[in-house]
Amino acid sequence: MILPFFVIIPLGTAFLISLLGKKIKNFSDLLANLGTLSLLILSLYSIPLVATHKILVYKVGGWIPPIGICMVLDGLTSFMLVTVNLVSFLVTLYSVNYMERYTDKYRFYTLFMLMLAGMNGIIITGDLFNLFVFLEIASIASYALVAFGTEAEELEASFKYAVMGSVASSFVLLGIALLYGYTSTLNMADIALSLSSKPAGMMVSFVAVLFLAGFGLKTALVPFHAWLPDAHPSAPAPISAMLSGVFIKTLGVYALCRVFFNILTVSSQLLFVLIVLGMISMVVGAFLAIAQDDIKRMFAYSSISQIGYIIFALGIGTPLAFFGALFHLFNHAVFKSLLFLNSGAIEYSTNTRNLKRLGGLNRSLPVTGYTSLLGSMAISGIPPLGGFWSKLIIIIAAIQAGYFVSATVAILVSILTLAYYLKFLKFTFSGKINEAKQNIREVPGLMKLSMIFLGIICVISGLLIVPLFKPFLQSAVNVLLQGQGYKDLVFGAIK
Amino acid sequence: MKNPEKGMTLIVKTITRLTVGLILLYGIYIVLHGHLSPGGGFAGGVIIALSFIHLMLAFGKEVALKKLSQAKASILESLGAIMFLTIALLGFLGGYFFFNFFLHKGKPFALFSAGIIPLCNIAISLKVGAGLFAIFAVLILFKGAGEKE
Amino acid sequence: MSEYILCFVLFCIGLYCVLRKRNIIKIIIGLGIIEYAVNLFFVLIGYRTHGRAPILAKDRVVSNMVDPIPQALVLTSIVIGLAVTALIVAIAIRIYEKYGTFDITKIRRLKG
Repeated sequence: MILPFFVIIPLGTAFLISLLGKKIKNFSDLLANLGTLSLLILSLYSIPLVATHKILVYKVGGWIPPIGICMVLDGLTSFMLVTVNLVSFLVTLYSVNYMERYTDKYRFYTLFMLMLAGMNGIIITGDLFNLFVFLEIASIASYALVAFGTEAEELEASFKYAVMGSVASSFVLLGIALLYGYTSTLNMADIALSLSSKPAGMMVSFVAVLFLAGFGLKTALVPFHAWLPDAHPSAPAPISAMLSGVFIKTLGVYALCRVFFNILTVSSQLLFVLIVLGMISMVVGAFLAIAQDDIKRMFAYSSISQIGYIIFALGIGTPLAFFGALFHLFNHAVFKSLLFLNSGAIEYSTNTRNLKRLGGLNRSLPVTGYTSLLGSMAISGIPPLGGFWSKLIIIIAAIQAGYFVSATVAILVSILTLAYYLKFLKFTFSGKINEAKQNIREVPGLMKLSMIFLGIICVISGLLIVPLFKPFLQSAVNVLLQGQGYKDLVFGAIK
Repeated sequence: MKNPEKGMTLIVKTITRLTVGLILLYGIYIVLHGHLSPGGGFAGGVIIALSFIHLMLAFGKEVALKKLSQAKASILESLGAIMFLTIALLGFLGGYFFFNFFLHKGKPFALFSAGIIPLCNIAISLKVGAGLFAIFAVLILFKGAGEKE
Repeated sequence: MSEYILCFVLFCIGLYCVLRKRNIIKIIIGLGIIEYAVNLFFVLIGYRTHGRAPILAKDRVVSNMVDPIPQALVLTSIVIGLAVTALIVAIAIRIYEKYGTFDITKIRRLKG
């Protein structure tokens, strides 16, 4: 079955590149791109598998769970797999040309493939400690990638990120230890089974708080967001796209969903906490983004704001809200990586990221200009592009559930988002050309190709919402809705 | 007076000459008996790395790097990882990833038993040992290059 | 019960080190203390009353063993902690080379 290959292919590629990358020219580029392309094809193949079988369980080593580790493929898994592998394939295409500026390109590909292996492993695993191990693999690779350029500011940002991320992982491990002591098993379905027969007490609430703190730091919810505005601008542009696009969603939002909706019982206090944190994230991210001069720092704060939308929608708890949250997750992964790749293209051509020193680039960088326009309009919620539909669904779900104040705040934050993206477009692309930057050429071919492809996906996700995406998203939403029913499905599929 | 890169005093050098080989042997013993007694790949790999680091601390970095240079340590590390992945992939012969595919699993408590577990231990010990020594060598070499400029 | 509370106290000591100390090396040591506390807690969860070490031997029959699963998991966790410490120490050495100091109140070029 195809499930272990999502981890085997990136790991094998990483080790081979680390061994042979320095000796054979262009070997690392070729192997990395082949690897991510094959992962993309496999993840697209998993969609019809889920549509026919509903849930697939793979026993690693032939050991029956709960004695062994199992890998589970259901609707939410295949949705996240497609998102992660699509963005990572386009980012590896982009980084063939972008990373020429840095030394040691093969080490970049090794770390990148390790991070991808960690993320894929988190998505497909069905065992709680296995989740922690893959979480650590991905996190350590990302600490090293943020510091890749080894300038002074990048090292400082990476140090802050590494210390905060390590403390968060220790919280997660403490939660896993407490949960193991309470239920004496580590398999996700088995924990759900034994928690449903014991009385829910303070232990489960304490474990829920620990998991919220640990995974919340990885997803940059507002009390835990302080590492993100330093780490995302300091990384090289393809890594910023990966981090902001898929990393904080896999490690944070997906892990929160799996642990809270399928393993622990979801109480209304927990959903209320998610709504409050989501609202604060939306507002704080938007207000701090307006005041920025650095392009990538502004995009990083915008990420905090959009993740606030997703967590807010998850907290509402109705089926329509889950649909809106997952749709917004997919949209944001595509838009934000497109925007970060654009900022990388601007930096590649003009060597600066400061808004005050740029201007009038629309004539010299046409492809970058048009794709930035598409991405910004999509993320601000202009119809008929995708961001409009996902934000509309979230706001309608909020009004249906009775949260009128929150819905008003969400609309206001959306207007603020439009404001700072218009500021970005105005200062960068229109206006007079700065005299020092007269002769700038367009970015090389593969970078253009990946940006154009992401732009096309932005447009498609808006125009084809109903026929193409609905069954794809609906199977993911069903997994969240059935909650504790996850364990019955998993035990039914182990034969 | 004394060049600090030449190593430690005469007492330390003599004792190191006597014990470094025994430490390496002890590490290999822990790796190979990983399926019978506590230890296994991680602990044994760390002890093997420690024997090389002991050599570096007592004699100075040139002697230790002549025995195992930093480039060779990187190659050994990648080879250990690829060996581990190959053993896991060979499990597909038995039908599952990581399957214990040896037909004849041997008697319990004997040295040649338990299928693929000793091979996995050897691969992990290569990776952990070579990796730890490579980290140490890179940090030492970086500090040396920083001081000379 | 008292050993779990002591593990938690050790965790809080490590957290205090990470939050309040100014030297980078002391922050790294605090991170190490946090990892020790969590690993120790995990191993202690596996204790059974009058249990023995979970090793099968050829000649004796052991009837009452402590839980071996946390021991295997903590082995993995210790190696993960080692990797993180090695990475953070390498970053700290390079920070010293660029900034000239180990004091984190002076390493603050990113603001806003």
